[in-house]
Amino acid sequence: MAIGIKDRVSTIGMGCSKFGERFDCSLEDLMVEAVNEALTDAGIEFNDIDAFWFGTFNSGLAGISFSNRLKSQYKPVTRVENMCCTGMEAFRNACYAVAAGVCDVAMAIGVEKLKDSGHSGLALPPVDSDRTSPELSAPAMFALLGPSYAHKYGLSIQQLREVLARIAYKNHANGALNPKAQFMAEVPMEKILNSPMIAYPLTIMDCSGVSDGCACAIITRAEDAKKYRKDPMYVKALQVAAGPAHSERHQSYDFTTVMETCHAAAVAYKEAGISEPRREISLAEVHDCFTITELVIYEDLQLSERGRGWRDVLDGKFDRDGVLPVNIDGGLKSFGHPIGASGLRMLYELWLQFHGKAGKRQQDDPRVGLAHNMGGTPYSCVSAIAIVGKELG
Amino acid sequence: MVGITSFGAYVPYNRLERKHIKAAFGKPVPPGEKAVANYDEDSITMGVAAGLECCKFVKPKSLDALYFATTTSPYKEKQCATVIAAALDTGPNLRTADFTDTLRAGSTAMLAAIDAAKNGLNVLVSASDMRLGAADGQAEASLGDGAAAFVLGNKNVVAEMLAYDSVSIDFHDQWRSDGDIFIRSWEERFCISQGYNRFMTEAAITVMEKTGLKPKDFFRIINYGVTPRYQMEQASRLGFEPDQIQDGLYLTVGNAGVANAPMMLVAALEEAKPGNKILFLTYGEGSDAIVFQVTDEILKLKPRPGIKNCLRLKKNSMNYEKYLRWRGLITTEPARRPRQERSSLPDYFRNFAKNYALYGCKCTDCNTAQFPPTRVCVQCQSIDRMESYRFYGRKGKVVTFTVDYLTDSPDPPGVVVVVDFEGGGRMFCNLADCDLDKIQVGIEVEMSFRKLFTVDGVQTYFWKAIPKMV
Repeated sequence: MAIGIKDRVSTIGMGCSKFGERFDCSLEDLMVEAVNEALTDAGIEFNDIDAFWFGTFNSGLAGISFSNRLKSQYKPVTRVENMCCTGMEAFRNACYAVAAGVCDVAMAIGVEKLKDSGHSGLALPPVDSDRTSPELSAPAMFALLGPSYAHKYGLSIQQLREVLARIAYKNHANGALNPKAQFMAEVPMEKILNSPMIAYPLTIMDCSGVSDGCACAIITRAEDAKKYRKDPMYVKALQVAAGPAHSERHQSYDFTTVMETCHAAAVAYKEAGISEPRREISLAEVHDCFTITELVIYEDLQLSERGRGWRDVLDGKFDRDGVLPVNIDGGLKSFGHPIGASGLRMLYELWLQFHGKAGKRQQDDPRVGLAHNMGGTPYSCVSAIAIVGKELG
Repeated sequence: MVGITSFGAYVPYNRLERKHIKAAFGKPVPPGEKAVANYDEDSITMGVAAGLECCKFVKPKSLDALYFATTTSPYKEKQCATVIAAALDTGPNLRTADFTDTLRAGSTAMLAAIDAAKNGLNVLVSASDMRLGAADGQAEASLGDGAAAFVLGNKNVVAEMLAYDSVSIDFHDQWRSDGDIFIRSWEERFCISQGYNRFMTEAAITVMEKTGLKPKDFFRIINYGVTPRYQMEQASRLGFEPDQIQDGLYLTVGNAGVANAPMMLVAALEEAKPGNKILFLTYGEGSDAIVFQVTDEILKLKPRPGIKNCLRLKKNSMNYEKYLRWRGLITTEPARRPRQERSSLPDYFRNFAKNYALYGCKCTDCNTAQFPPTRVCVQCQSIDRMESYRFYGRKGKVVTFTVDYLTDSPDPPGVVVVVDFEGGGRMFCNLADCDLDKIQVGIEVEMSFRKLFTVDGVQTYFWKAIPKMV
């Protein structure tokens, strides 16, 4: 009988590079930046780490992309790829290895170097196929949620765009307070609303940026955590749901939700023993690759009632001073989305918040945090959720 | 009795008003507009569209042969007729051939089909063309794009072939040598007096003598028209009255080369009554002449929108620059996006039924229609309980859509729609030939065979949605 991951492993140190257009940095530079911070944070040596889970979507192949650069000494390094859930997946697998007792200290690291490609937007590595499916840009995939959401809940496209602009505004306002963010500036509502169309109904200000970045976590068994520090972060749930393309192929799906996220959330809450997510979760870091994604996530994670997400946005529920702050670090919107790194970057913010180190973003005594990624399209994806807490139990 | 058993035509939705060419270069141009194949259309896709019209009355699987006629084949080596056969879903057991290189290719293919029909074969002929004239030239203004298709057979004949004649004489008036993009031509008076008028008149007179018919006995004369003036003069000299002369589509479509006279024939047949006789004359290194007589069977063809509707439904807001871009005649800055990857040909071939004839599947356990075809049912997870299920021809409705300004396209922005089909099944595809401000959740769409892209010389064809035109 599976017993789940709750309170079996903990994080004892985390690191996160500055995110942005790091033309000054190589993949090695980004990783050294994050790893150094995590080692100092945990108070351990690099060679104390027994095994590595190295997450990158497209910036390297195999474990040697990590070991060659960090000079890890013939230790196991597993390259992990699960699209935008890559960082979260590296974390999940490292946690599982520690929980299984096959190593004492593991590192999960996620990194991506997007700005060396020369493309604008995100470029996906080609897979051989007949190429008859329409090849949508990333914003276009998510923009498909727009007309259907507006249609179902009786909003005009203009009303929807105002809701989305409000999400963008919130995340940039949060990012303005985060020195590691790609964009450290508030953006006025008017500028957001008047930005150019990228994929109707999404404008450029509905999109997250394209950046380079790296984040990592050092993981031990929960019972050993206090050997390293008095204030570890405990893992409460780790779930990944990969969809069967039902949404893509079946008329019952109506493009107002992401089924994979609904499924991952239901299992994650069960694993963590959470019955009232709206009350029990202090903060959530969610996958705001596009503002419309964040809107739908509120409902899929049960942070809003179905069809009420847009009202909650307008009511300020998810603002920094709202009842349930979402993407308090600025989100993908302010950090950009170096794919492999994003999941661990979200956990890094929860780590800072639990340790009172979030500066002007600091919340009053957060206890439980949720991080969420989704990789793929709203109609066919993997969705990953991690729930972490400040205390055992 | 052999003759035409079904017919259909296709005119691209987009038209370029000729005044835009004048605006670019300042020289006088003929009035009217020219039909312009969209960037994702070519002779093959237009040939498919006309062929599909024909197949409203004839089962594609009943065809014994399919001939394609064009001077603008997208390939120098590789047959086009097989693409059209696959898109029409004829199955593999038929004869296919391309008739090319001459403006007479359409009628020559029809005569070959008539000969085959005498032996009891059912033959579909699709004639399609989209020739290019160099910028600021006569041909650029006068040419247009289009297609027409006929099925020829010996059962349910709607227009009986009474007689035919061919004149074949090597003659240089217009030509493109290997590697030429644009038509070259000799000085006009030589072309008209020594070629156009002479060959077509000879063929017309011979075929009238064979049938004993006089000009007054005909409902219409369909004579390939270089320009309306030359077309009218020729028909008048042969003894036809103005109201007998079929409109050459010059003002609405332009000269569609191989497809010009066949499109006129479709237009005439749409108006013809039983007993009407039609003189059909084509041109190119000689002339083919065929006399048809319409039969009672024509009354049995269900009414349909036809070429009349194709001519009415149009978008003529394009400018000259867009025309140049669609035809690849100007080099534009590429988007800063990864270059288009080619199709994997093994994967394309494995998906033959899906890609050409728009087949999905339907689960025999739970009855759920699905696209693209799959082995494991998305509804009930049954394995290998699928039967193939064709989506072409089914009503589709837009569930949601987006307008993608990032996509690299000769006609940005790209429009992507999710289509739900009546009877089940969902498909993601591009929406072509649409007006951006008319796209909404819930609009009805049809499927159209298009060219997605060309990489390494491989043309990748697939289906797109188009708004249902009313």
